[in-house]
Amino acid sequence: MRVPLTSRPVLLFVVAALVTWALAWALLGAETQLEVLALFCVTVAVAVVAAKMKLDAPVAAAASSHPRALGIACVVGVLALAVVFHEDHFPLLLLCSVLLYITACLGLNIQFGYVGIVNFAGAAFFGIGSYTAAMLAGHTGLPHVLVLLLGGAMASLISCVLLLPVLRTRGHYAALVTIAFATLFRSFLEVNDALGGPQGMRIPALNLFGWDLGADHEWGELFISFYDNYVLFALALAVLAFVLVRRLERSWMGVAMDAVRTDEISAKVYGISIARQKIVAFMFGNLLVGIAGATYGMMTGYVAPNNFTFADSLILVSMLLLGGLGNPWGIVPAAALILILPEKLQFIQEYRFLLYGVVIILILLFRSQGLLPRGIRRYFPNREAARG
Amino acid sequence: MAEDALLVASGLTMRFGGLVALDALDLEVRSREVLGLIGPNGSGKTTFFNVVTGLYNASDGSIAFEGGDITNLSPQEIYRLGITRTFQRSRLSLSLSVFDNVWAGNFRNLDQGLIHNLFRRKTLRAEYERAVEQVRALLATFDAHLADRLFQPAAALAMIDRRRVEICRALISEPRLLLLDEPSAGMTHDETAELMDDIMQVREKLAPFSIVIIEHEMNVIQRITQRCVVLNYGEKIAEGTYAEITANPDVQVAYLGQE
Repeated sequence: MRVPLTSRPVLLFVVAALVTWALAWALLGAETQLEVLALFCVTVAVAVVAAKMKLDAPVAAAASSHPRALGIACVVGVLALAVVFHEDHFPLLLLCSVLLYITACLGLNIQFGYVGIVNFAGAAFFGIGSYTAAMLAGHTGLPHVLVLLLGGAMASLISCVLLLPVLRTRGHYAALVTIAFATLFRSFLEVNDALGGPQGMRIPALNLFGWDLGADHEWGELFISFYDNYVLFALALAVLAFVLVRRLERSWMGVAMDAVRTDEISAKVYGISIARQKIVAFMFGNLLVGIAGATYGMMTGYVAPNNFTFADSLILVSMLLLGGLGNPWGIVPAAALILILPEKLQFIQEYRFLLYGVVIILILLFRSQGLLPRGIRRYFPNREAARG
Repeated sequence: MAEDALLVASGLTMRFGGLVALDALDLEVRSREVLGLIGPNGSGKTTFFNVVTGLYNASDGSIAFEGGDITNLSPQEIYRLGITRTFQRSRLSLSLSVFDNVWAGNFRNLDQGLIHNLFRRKTLRAEYERAVEQVRALLATFDAHLADRLFQPAAALAMIDRRRVEICRALISEPRLLLLDEPSAGMTHDETAELMDDIMQVREKLAPFSIVIIEHEMNVIQRITQRCVVLNYGEKIAEGTYAEITANPDVQVAYLGQE
């Protein structure tokens, strides 16, 4: 007896996961621009065919009725990529960057997606994390766990300076304040000799409790790139950030933040402190951004003002918009696409910001909710699914 | 001042530049009563609600609630004392679920601490399960079907259901005083009547709270209020039962104009 594919959601989910993984693998490994273009066409074709066969809805349903499956699939997928590319630095570097950008975007998602502060200084807070790590790891003997945490704490603390104007303004005006800060931050770095000026400075590799993440491994024939260390660490960081952001969303604070974003007047009348929600969201968000930045700096071994421009902040915001504002899952494909495609398509490099601009306009025009729109809040989906 | 006064406004004045929206208003809300607040457009009714709930700071005068001074407290503090309100224009968060919208009215009773919300998931789950039952029960008093739509976005609801959800948000924290700002706006005659009956029904079940209702539909006022206060240009021009105020010549002039 033939069972229609649409009534086998678990099978469909597994197939979808495998196809997605294969595409990610091919994209990361692609070497010529022609391959990448072909892949891009295949991806679009797969998406269109899936939509035509109405396979997308059952996959989404399967994912939401087994809430843990998606997370486990992603973790396994990243680990599998780390194994497959264990010899190649470049794909692994890209993978790490995607994971760290996901972490940073999760932070921004609290601000923009939940409480409604648009932060156009994401790259600046990312940079504060990097520079703090550079100073602390280069000039002190602090354990590197602390260095990373302090990188985040510094980003969080410096964001307090911005809080006063951000709390006194709303919407566009708060966004302008963050733009001003992003611009100021870069100028400050360029003229500051203690921080290396325009040339920037070196950072020692991350070393966690004797585990040197900057060292390659060789066992006889087997060579493992040091980036695999960072993949493991960045993956753990991204998962931790994801769980925290999810828990925040699925709590009373998540409701309070959404209430502040959607209607400040009624939030106020119902006893929600606007200032408190904004302060928590802004500082917690920038903490995550700062930690991601500190890790990124220690991975690349180098920080310079040019890595933290206003354009980089725009990239972070465009990831949120492409993924679907407020949905942490949306960030994952969005960060992967926005980071990997321009790296692989060299001819795009020069025009990448033009491309980002076009992408954002297209999204806002045709799919204003993003790739994976945010759904209704479910507080304890695992338990509800178990109950049936 | 009556013995059982719940809210007392004395000489309450609200000026916006040269405009006097409330002019030395003396107004008293008694325990457990339903007070109608009526008057022509622009007579200061909603301004009164905004001042009481702390959205505006009074220019002059004072407000006491249960014997304590609440003049110029913040909206949060006033809400914590047990005063809630609805708005003339719907102010629901349309993208959020019905449950979220109603529960957003209960922060008086919720722990907003970061540790509690992020790390005590077990406690939170127990709270959540009680919350769902509580919201479901409250919605069911208004409409049995509404309780089934707990996890639909508020945007999917019809106008009357949105009004019900808004009123549930105002009731979920079991207030001492409920301020209703024109609940009939945008609804038909029958819908309004139904809504009022539902509110009265909930009121029977909870500890009976006082209601101040701003309303233009005079039959609503006639049916549910014990007393009425009539405002005109921010001043109180009449006070009394529905029969008394409708017989008052000043009120007739304010509403219908001079002959």
